[in-house]
Amino acid sequence: MRSCQESFDAYILRSLGGDYGERLLPRGVDITLCDQVFLIASGLIWNVYFAALALAAGFFVATALAVAKFSENPFLSKPASGFIFLFRGSPLFIQFFFAYEVFILLPRAGIEINLIFTTITAETRWLARATSGALVVLWLNTSAYTAEIFYGALRAIPKGDLEAADAYGMSGFTKFRRIIWPTMMRLAWPSYTNEAIFLTHATTLVFFSGFPAWQQSGDALYYARYFADQTFNPFVSYPIVAAYFIVLTLVVIGLFGMANKRLNRHLPQTVRPKFRFRPQYIR
Amino acid sequence: MFAFCTDPSTLPDWQWFACYLTSGTHLAFYWSFVVVMVLILLAAPFALAFGFAGALATRSHMAPIRLVGRTYTSMVRGVPDIVFFLFIPIAIDQALEYILHQVRCPDWDMPIRRGNDFLVCAQAKVPLSSSPAWVHDIYAFSLALFAFALVFGAFAANTLYGAMNAVPKSQTETAEAYGMTKPQAFRRVLLPQMWVYALPGLSNLWMILIKATPLLFLLGIRDIVYWARELGGQKTGFYAYPHPDWRVWYFLVVLVFYLVLTACSERVFEWLMRRFSHGQATAAGERQRRAAA
Repeated sequence: MRSCQESFDAYILRSLGGDYGERLLPRGVDITLCDQVFLIASGLIWNVYFAALALAAGFFVATALAVAKFSENPFLSKPASGFIFLFRGSPLFIQFFFAYEVFILLPRAGIEINLIFTTITAETRWLARATSGALVVLWLNTSAYTAEIFYGALRAIPKGDLEAADAYGMSGFTKFRRIIWPTMMRLAWPSYTNEAIFLTHATTLVFFSGFPAWQQSGDALYYARYFADQTFNPFVSYPIVAAYFIVLTLVVIGLFGMANKRLNRHLPQTVRPKFRFRPQYIR
Repeated sequence: MFAFCTDPSTLPDWQWFACYLTSGTHLAFYWSFVVVMVLILLAAPFALAFGFAGALATRSHMAPIRLVGRTYTSMVRGVPDIVFFLFIPIAIDQALEYILHQVRCPDWDMPIRRGNDFLVCAQAKVPLSSSPAWVHDIYAFSLALFAFALVFGAFAANTLYGAMNAVPKSQTETAEAYGMTKPQAFRRVLLPQMWVYALPGLSNLWMILIKATPLLFLLGIRDIVYWARELGGQKTGFYAYPHPDWRVWYFLVVLVFYLVLTACSERVFEWLMRRFSHGQATAAGERQRRAAA
C-alpha cells in the first residue's frame, strides 16, 4: 500500500504524461483513496487549460462575430449567423468527433500553401492531438455561444447612450470602444458567466470523444471513469470529481463576479445591479 | 435488400451504393436515429414530471420537503451533467441488485464487495442472466432514460419554479378573493398562466436535451455515434463492401441530422409561443389582441 504522500508524489502531475510521476496508473486492489483524490485532481489541469484558453481566445472572436451579425451588411451578417447556428445547433460531442475525423484526413505532411514568391508548409499533424485539436473545437464552440450572448446585449444597448455618443461627435471605432463595447459587456456579463460555467463543464467531454488520451493522460472525468471501471465502485470517484467541479464552478463565479463589479463601478451604489449567480441554463 | 446485391464487387456505382446503404448494419444505423427520437420524446415528459415535482417541493411550506426540492434543483448547478449520466445508471444498477440480493438470498454469507468485485447471487442479477437479449437492451435504455429524466428534471424544476413565481400575485389573490381554496387557485389560475412564462426556458431545455442525446454512446448503447464510428471505419477486402475511412461523412450526416432537428424545433416553439400568448396579459398577447381587433 502506498502512503498518501507517495501517491501525491506519484500522481499529482501524472495527467501531463508518463514522464511526470509514476508511469503506470494504479490498478485493481492496489487503488487507495489518496490515489483517486490526487489523480483526479491532476486531471483537473486539463479542464482548467481547455476552459481558460478557449474562453480567452473565444472572447475576441465572439466580439467580432457579434458585431458582424449585428451589421446591416448581409455579406457580414449572413456568414456570422450561419457560423453561430452551425455551432449552437449541433451537439458539442458530435463536433468533437467530426473535427477529429477532419483533422486526421488532413495530409500528414502538411498543406502546401503556394504564395506567389514562395511556398510555405502549414503543419497540420498537431491538430489530431487532443491538446490542440479539441481546444480549437472548444474555442469555436464557445465563440459561437458567446457571440449570440453579445449579439443580444448589442441589441439591448439603450438608444440614449448611442445618441449621446453622436452628440459628443464620436463615431466609428471611438464610439465602439468607449460606449458600445463597455455597455455590451455590462449587459452580457451575467449570461457570459453562465456560458463560462457551461464551457468549464463541457471540457469533460474531450477525452470521451474521438481524441485519444495519449499515455493515459486525460482530464478529471477520464480518471474518475477509469477508477469506476477498475474498482466497480462508482460511489467514490464520481463524488470526488463532482466536488472538484463544484469548487471550480465557484472559482469561475468568483472571478466573473469581480469583473462584473469592475464593469459596473461607475453606476451609483443603489442602482448597481447586485451580481447573483442565476443559473439560467441558457446554452 | 435488392435482388442484384448478391455479388457487390461486380456492380456499377449506383447499384453498389444502393446495396451498401441498405445492408443490415445500415438498417441498424437508421434504426438508431429512431431510438434517439424515442429517447427525446420519452425523456421530455418524464423530465417535465420530475421538474414539476421538484418545483412544487421547492414551493412547499414544509421545511424538510423544501430542503429536498432545493437540493434536487441545485444538484446540477456545479457538476457537469455527463458526470450524472455516467454515475446514475451504474449506481441504480448496483442499488437494485443490492436490494434484490437482500430479499432473494438472505442466507448468503459472503460480503458483496470483495476486493474490486461487486458480487451478488445469481437470482439477484438485474436483469437475470438467463433473460433474452432484448430485455438487457430495454433495461440499459431505461436506465439511460431515467438518468436523462433526473438531470433534465432538475433543470426543468428551476424553470417551472421561476415561471410559477412570475405569474402576477394579483391573479392568485383575486382567485382567493372569489373564495377558491389554495389548491383550486393553483389549478385554475396559476397553472394555465404559468406556461407562457415557462416556455422560453423549456424550449431552451429541449434544445439542450436534443444536444445531450449523443451521450447515450457513453452508456454503452448502440446509438448514432456508435454506428457512425463502426460503419465509417476503413473496411478491407474481407468485407462485402470494402471502402476507405469514411467516418467523416458519417459524422457529417449525424451533424446535419442534429442541425435539422434544431431548426425544426425552433419553428415549433415559435408557433407554440404564439398559441400560448393568445389571450394572456402580456405584451405579446396584447399585440395579438390589437391585430385581431
